[in-house]
Amino acid sequence: MIPLSWYLLFAAALFCIGLFGVLSRKNAVAILMGIELMLNAVNVNLIAFWRYLGQSGIAGQVFAIMVFAVAAAEVAVGLALIISIYRRRDTVIADDIDMLKL
Amino acid sequence: MDVMQIIFFIFAVITLVAAFLVVTAKSLVHSALWLVLALFGVAVLYVSLDAGFFAAAQVLIYIGAIAILFIFAVMLTRKDIRDTGTQQNRTWPLAAVLAVVLFVGLFFILSSWSSFTMERPDLVSGADALSNLGQALVSVNAYLLPFELASVLLVAAMIGAIYVSLTKK
Repeated sequence: MIPLSWYLLFAAALFCIGLFGVLSRKNAVAILMGIELMLNAVNVNLIAFWRYLGQSGIAGQVFAIMVFAVAAAEVAVGLALIISIYRRRDTVIADDIDMLKL
Repeated sequence: MDVMQIIFFIFAVITLVAAFLVVTAKSLVHSALWLVLALFGVAVLYVSLDAGFFAAAQVLIYIGAIAILFIFAVMLTRKDIRDTGTQQNRTWPLAAVLAVVLFVGLFFILSSWSSFTMERPDLVSGADALSNLGQALVSVNAYLLPFELASVLLVAAMIGAIYVSLTKK
């Protein structure tokens, strides 16, 4: 059978790829895609820990459900903000959205 | 290698390659489609962890709702994707170094942990994880409050998304 380490290393790699996307992309929509990958990596870890170590309880699965809900809320608000900014400023490049800078 | 290991290996590689293409593809529509493949690969890994409910929820919520929302957002902000220039910002080599360093660091921290290579225990027989989860989410002694807070958060996010994207003209 599959040892726990395979899942943990897979999740770590997925998280790092998502982090690279968040830090390196210019387009704000693509940055949100990177965040989705990172949240998925966290969920794989939670479910794997539940399956290997926490079967007596249910906390791992409940946490994964919370991550699902937070991801849905985050992407709805995030994309609404990006579309609103696109309408007002005509750009989705994260570097150009600097109204808060002095 | 037994069958489960081969299935895990194939889908882990598919997911990681798709995830890499999500963050590097030039066209954002392609990025969104690779994201669908990566999310599907994660759903297969949920099945391999005996969490079928999460695989179904992954397909419904992530692929069915979030990925489609991404495709809509890409299409509504289309002017910028068609610019032929690079999609990476100036500091992307630094980001790549940081991601690799983080992975190596995680690898060393995880490999020094004693149960890192533990084998999978058998499923607890007689316990139905899905009905336990459903009971726990609505039981006052377990996770009722976080569950209600999550639903309030979703309503707030929905109203906020509608309000933010309203055009006042």
